[in-house]
Amino acid sequence: MIKWLEENTPKLVLAPSFIAVLIFVYGFIAWTAWVSLTRSRLLPKYEIEGFIQYERLFASPRWETAFGNLFVFGTLFIVIAMVLGLALAILLDQNIRTEGAIRTIYLYPMALSMIVTGTAWKWILNPGLGLEAMVRGWGFENFTFDWLVDPDKAIYTIVLAAIWQSSGFVMALFLAGLRSVDGEIIKAAQVDGIPTWRVYTAIIIPAMAPIFLSAFIVLSHLAVKSFDLVIALTGGGPGYATDLPATYMYAMAFSRGDIGQAASSAMIMMLVVFSIVVPYLYSELRSKDG
Amino acid sequence: MVDLSLAQTPHQAEGRTGRLILRWMLYILLLLFALFYLLPLFVMLTTSLKSLEEIRTGDLIALPRDVTFAAWRTAWSEACTGIQCEGVRPFFWNSVLIAIPAVVISTLLGAMNGYVVAQWNFRGANLFFSLMLFGCFIPFQVVLLPMARVLGLIGMAGTIPGLIFVHVIYGLGFTTLFFRNYYVSIPSELTKAAKVDGAGFFRIFWSIFLPLSLPIIVVTVIWQFTQIWNDFLFGVSFSQAGTQPVTVALNNIVNSTTGIKAYNVDMAAAIIAGLPTLLVYVIAGKYFVRGLTAGSVKG
Amino acid sequence: MAPILEINNLFKSYGTVEILKDINVAIEQGDFLVLVGPSGCGKSTLLNCIAGLEPISGGEVRIGGRDMTSVSPKDRDIAMVFQSYALYPTMTVAKNITFGMKVRGVDQVTQAEKLAHVAQQLQIEPLLNRKPGHLSGGQRQRVAMGRALVRDPKLFLFDEPLSNLDAKLRVEMRTEIKSLHQRLGASMVYVTHDQIEAMTLATKIVVMKGGVIQQIGTPAEIYNHPANLFVADFMGSPAMNLIPAKARSGSAGTTIEIARKSGGSMVLTDRKNLSLPEDVIIGVRPENIADANAHSGPDSQEADCVIDIVEPAGADTYAVMELGGKHVTARLHAETTAAPGIKQRLAFDLGKVSYFAPDTGLRLN
Repeated sequence: MIKWLEENTPKLVLAPSFIAVLIFVYGFIAWTAWVSLTRSRLLPKYEIEGFIQYERLFASPRWETAFGNLFVFGTLFIVIAMVLGLALAILLDQNIRTEGAIRTIYLYPMALSMIVTGTAWKWILNPGLGLEAMVRGWGFENFTFDWLVDPDKAIYTIVLAAIWQSSGFVMALFLAGLRSVDGEIIKAAQVDGIPTWRVYTAIIIPAMAPIFLSAFIVLSHLAVKSFDLVIALTGGGPGYATDLPATYMYAMAFSRGDIGQAASSAMIMMLVVFSIVVPYLYSELRSKDG
Repeated sequence: MVDLSLAQTPHQAEGRTGRLILRWMLYILLLLFALFYLLPLFVMLTTSLKSLEEIRTGDLIALPRDVTFAAWRTAWSEACTGIQCEGVRPFFWNSVLIAIPAVVISTLLGAMNGYVVAQWNFRGANLFFSLMLFGCFIPFQVVLLPMARVLGLIGMAGTIPGLIFVHVIYGLGFTTLFFRNYYVSIPSELTKAAKVDGAGFFRIFWSIFLPLSLPIIVVTVIWQFTQIWNDFLFGVSFSQAGTQPVTVALNNIVNSTTGIKAYNVDMAAAIIAGLPTLLVYVIAGKYFVRGLTAGSVKG
Repeated sequence: MAPILEINNLFKSYGTVEILKDINVAIEQGDFLVLVGPSGCGKSTLLNCIAGLEPISGGEVRIGGRDMTSVSPKDRDIAMVFQSYALYPTMTVAKNITFGMKVRGVDQVTQAEKLAHVAQQLQIEPLLNRKPGHLSGGQRQRVAMGRALVRDPKLFLFDEPLSNLDAKLRVEMRTEIKSLHQRLGASMVYVTHDQIEAMTLATKIVVMKGGVIQQIGTPAEIYNHPANLFVADFMGSPAMNLIPAKARSGSAGTTIEIARKSGGSMVLTDRKNLSLPEDVIIGVRPENIADANAHSGPDSQEADCVIDIVEPAGADTYAVMELGGKHVTARLHAETTAAPGIKQRLAFDLGKVSYFAPDTGLRLN
């Protein structure tokens, strides 16, 4: 008995977490998947009816907006955050004397809750008293900057706030990547007389391909999950112009009482995330085993 | 770090002034970006110190003429979140009550899990780790509905223990990942030597691994604390009037439709809600960054 | 008396991959057994199986006559020194050495006594309060040895303990381990990929390849009578010359015909009556090809060879020529007259050659 315990302690220690993950992650995903195939409304029903919820979902104009927004928001957010992050990292890599302080300033938004970020930008961008009013106060009477309340532009305010929050983090990732490139290769290039910008484009940036991938994965993951920022900044409005799948799902689950729609939209979100993350994780785990 | 300025030394003569100008442009550019990142914090702070009157008549980025802490007092103990008008104070303490146990428990479990996966490899340990890793990446929306029902079934719906439970469960993936990646870099010969010395599973963990773990514990605690303190989705989904965390309360204050909009109070409340994680960042920034990069760069 | 270590029909596999196949070894009290082979040959796995750190898939391991197959490492009465030394980084040297005793509940007084004794033995007294991070490689090595010595076990296990040291220190520590073994009279099992280490330390060598034992024997047996082509090639530096040849039995013994680069052939006569097949591979160690004017033994046969390359190495000069389509190295005098492109008269000591079958690789004489 004691010997059995001794031999199986590692397994016993792992068991609670293993069971928890099986139930609360995989079991719950299965539950949501199941319910997304039923006619559940206010209460879950368990008779499978096929894909009616998905049909309803893709027939819904609100979902169409939310899903479309995800791609507009996601693309702009990821591309701009990566470009900005890389640019800042390269600028900071030039022997800047105050690097530590500047890095701290660029990165601090990542420590804040998206609710705080949203609240701050909501105030800054509000047309009545914020930026617009300020510039008009300077004498530019016709200046307008009312994206926050413009259904066609409001989504860009979310992009702006999200970039403000996350680009410093991308910079930190890239900076770490720049510093990890083998110094001897760079020295060799310098001895060969290759100009600095060529050293970056031809040697350093290609060597950082894994970091680009990581940054992309993290940012796309953030984009699909972003919920707090929309709630705090626009509340999904005006109307539902800035809805994202995350807010759509929440509205269906907790204010509309439409469990079927909530479940099916959650499943679509998961499919989007997994179509990005699974190949990445799979290759990561495989390269580790091999 | 690589000194790339070396590469430019060949063309000296006309290069000197050119380089100086470039250098200045570089610093100015960096400064402009610093302003971009600092602006919202600055605006929040100045707005919170102004009276409503001054906000209405003044400039967004102007410094307050008369500094007043009235808005802070209101935000802390009087502002209304829906029908309740006690400020963010009770919710701030809710967040503390949720975050501390959740951070401690998930870190401890993560340390044990990471130790097993990294050092006591057995058939199935890798499967466990892969399952955990995939679990880190699910959008939580996919577990909201069943979790709400399960919390109801076990009588934890709308309670603080319920929220602690949720944060522990969905924090485990990352804490396990952190510790596993840290422990996997410790040579397995150390475990073998301790086994030959006669130490068992817990003894090895306690005497050898735990004393080595301070850096990763700091990273994990900071990561978990930031995640849990800043959480909104679980807070808004699984809490009720008395148990909401501070992020939910902040959102309620900002979006409460009753009365006139008190922007200064909103900003003060936002700063209060952001202060703990901001402090952590300022005090232990190095570890904060390490957690961010470790959590995302390497699986 | 029962052998101190006895391994019978041991098998080890990971899934479907067999790492160790039918291992049988036994050593007596006081033996120094060296497991040697190229990396991936299973020698470290075998050591881990002896220690109980890896479960075995079949067979048995007996230590001091007791079946240890399902006994955990701590109860096998062994001590182990690892390649990376595996010192506990947060503990001082003294704590590292006494940790095992502390875990086993040995009283403080005994702990202090044994620590003092071992520290004196290894001359590490000044280091006792330092952490491993502040020690040099050689010092860490000593501490790791100390941790093993303090156990006073039935069996010491060493897993490539010198491979992380620089060349000079390695030779020093090798001598020290040897003298330690002689002083203590302890039984040791030692894993290495370095055949010189194996030759200098062992009382008994096990040469392994691909999870299979190739040969067991004393260093002299392994060196002089390699059981197959692999052992012949692996043990010794520079390696044994393995030259394809034709053998023919005659009245005067066996004639060995080796093709020359220039065409034609070199014929040597082994006076022993060997029944060899026609195609053989003859194995000659470089030191058994010498300058002809040197002391030529009774079994020596002289022949002229054109030297291609001359490599002076201080005490000796190595001459490389081509015979039987192979580069053949001869170990000549430092003052040899051999020069590239010049014909040199060499003496082949046929009393010390080995013959192998080209197809099976097995020894024929």
